[in-house]
Amino acid sequence: MSAPAATGLRQGDAFPPNWPARLGLLALAVYAAYATTQLDITWARLGTGMGEAARFLARMFPPNFARWELLVEGLVESLQIAVLASAAGILLSLPLGLMAARNLSPWFVSGPTRAFIAVCRSLHYVIVAIMFVKAIGFGALAGMAALTIASMGFIAKLFAEAIEEISMKQVEAVRATGAPAASVLIYAVLPQVASRFVGFCLYQLDSNLRNSTLVGIVGAGGIGGTLFAAFKRFDYDFVCAILLATIALIFLAEVVSGRIRAAMR
Amino acid sequence: MSTQPIDGGRSGDAASTGGVNRVGSTSLAREWQRFTPGQRIGRWLVWLGMVAACVWAIRSIDIIPEFLADAPEQMADLLVRMWPPNLAHYYPTVHGALVETIHIATLGTLMSLGLALPVALLAARNVCRSRVLNTLAQLILVSSRTVNSLVWALIFVAVFGPGPAAGTFAIAFRSIGFVGKLLAEAMEEAAPGPLEALRATGAPWGSVMLKGLWPQVQPAFWGVALFRWDINLRESAVLGLVGAGGIGVVLDDAINFFHWDRVATILLAILVVVLLAEVVVTRIRTKLL
Repeated sequence: MSAPAATGLRQGDAFPPNWPARLGLLALAVYAAYATTQLDITWARLGTGMGEAARFLARMFPPNFARWELLVEGLVESLQIAVLASAAGILLSLPLGLMAARNLSPWFVSGPTRAFIAVCRSLHYVIVAIMFVKAIGFGALAGMAALTIASMGFIAKLFAEAIEEISMKQVEAVRATGAPAASVLIYAVLPQVASRFVGFCLYQLDSNLRNSTLVGIVGAGGIGGTLFAAFKRFDYDFVCAILLATIALIFLAEVVSGRIRAAMR
Repeated sequence: MSTQPIDGGRSGDAASTGGVNRVGSTSLAREWQRFTPGQRIGRWLVWLGMVAACVWAIRSIDIIPEFLADAPEQMADLLVRMWPPNLAHYYPTVHGALVETIHIATLGTLMSLGLALPVALLAARNVCRSRVLNTLAQLILVSSRTVNSLVWALIFVAVFGPGPAAGTFAIAFRSIGFVGKLLAEAMEEAAPGPLEALRATGAPWGSVMLKGLWPQVQPAFWGVALFRWDINLRESAVLGLVGAGGIGVVLDDAINFFHWDRVATILLAILVVVLLAEVVVTRIRTKLL
């Protein structure tokens, strides 16, 4: 009786070693070691870094709110950039999303539109902001334009995907009554995607606010410029104040948009 | 979405045909409305708030009208200068920087996985029973997420000096919040059965985690890692603007020297790598999940 039970346990180990997974992890470890040497990360450097970090933190505290006017001015400009970029991005991504949806538009419209959206999404908004700063000059306008591009890439892509998932029955029904294209859109397509569209817009408003605090680093307006200037002058206590204020603003926005989302449900 | 109640329409004798006819004649003229007055006022207030925000922003934002007026002209000029891209510039300068960017993104992601795992264990309420530690871990995750990667890069440039080391640490610290949050959520969703069974056999904590929790969390873990790697690849392309290594350094140099044809080459290189990474990640995800 006991012999088969013992061999039964032997036969199938409860946790057999998974060799492909182990080899994969080994490969990752080897790659990590190789990349570490490539990027010139050494223990000596980490050691000096720790000392520097301690000095850096010591100079950051306590945060210095003496120049709060500058701080508020920058934050308000960031807020304005975020609001305008979201509004422009939402308005522009409505037609783009409709044009990119493969079930509503012919391929020669949806193909190029999808490519355009992909390009908008692939370039980081800071890179786009640099281009706009060079093209249309320093200031909030460049930041606004850059974040509009980023919003378009995000909202239009998700909007197009949402439209592609709609049920075509309503669309066919409205078409069968002889309704013109605009009525088909308003009465058959938009009601099916409206709530998701609002959700994307809220999310993008949130992320535009985050990003608008940053585009100033390349001169595109907002609190980022103040932050970068303070960093360059080693005003680390003011840097700390700016960071704390920015985090507070982003937090507040997240709480508000969370409330709106909960109210919509 | 509640409808306006129609008075008398659902009185007791709705079943009898006479009742329906009698009601039908009066309520046909009635106007149907989709929302209650309260809802309508709420919707109008939301619209009003949105328009007011836009109007306030447009009126008070600091936009220089001259810049706005010649923006199209300047954009066209920039594009003309960028065309054709100077492809000869690609090798070796841009190529080397591109490889460095990929190293920064990958190593940063690996590092963040290692750092996020213990924080996620502390943040998951079914793994760590202490409320204080849960809150502390959540605080770490939230602060990592709210500070942008460029700001992390600025901080680490101040700590480690300029170079790819600062970029790698910036990417790693920025990713902790994202990876840790999703990982902790995956852990909280894990079925408690296997964990309890292992505990009942007297298995030590390490075995319970490795054989009970890890197999359940593993698919989510690799999915999150891949997703974050894709994001990090995009983000590491700009870290060089603040001196944290990668292709951003080369881009910044080219812009500062007004070598717009080189800028075009670099942008094309970034675009190709990012699109390729997206394709690769989607492929692997469909195979994994």
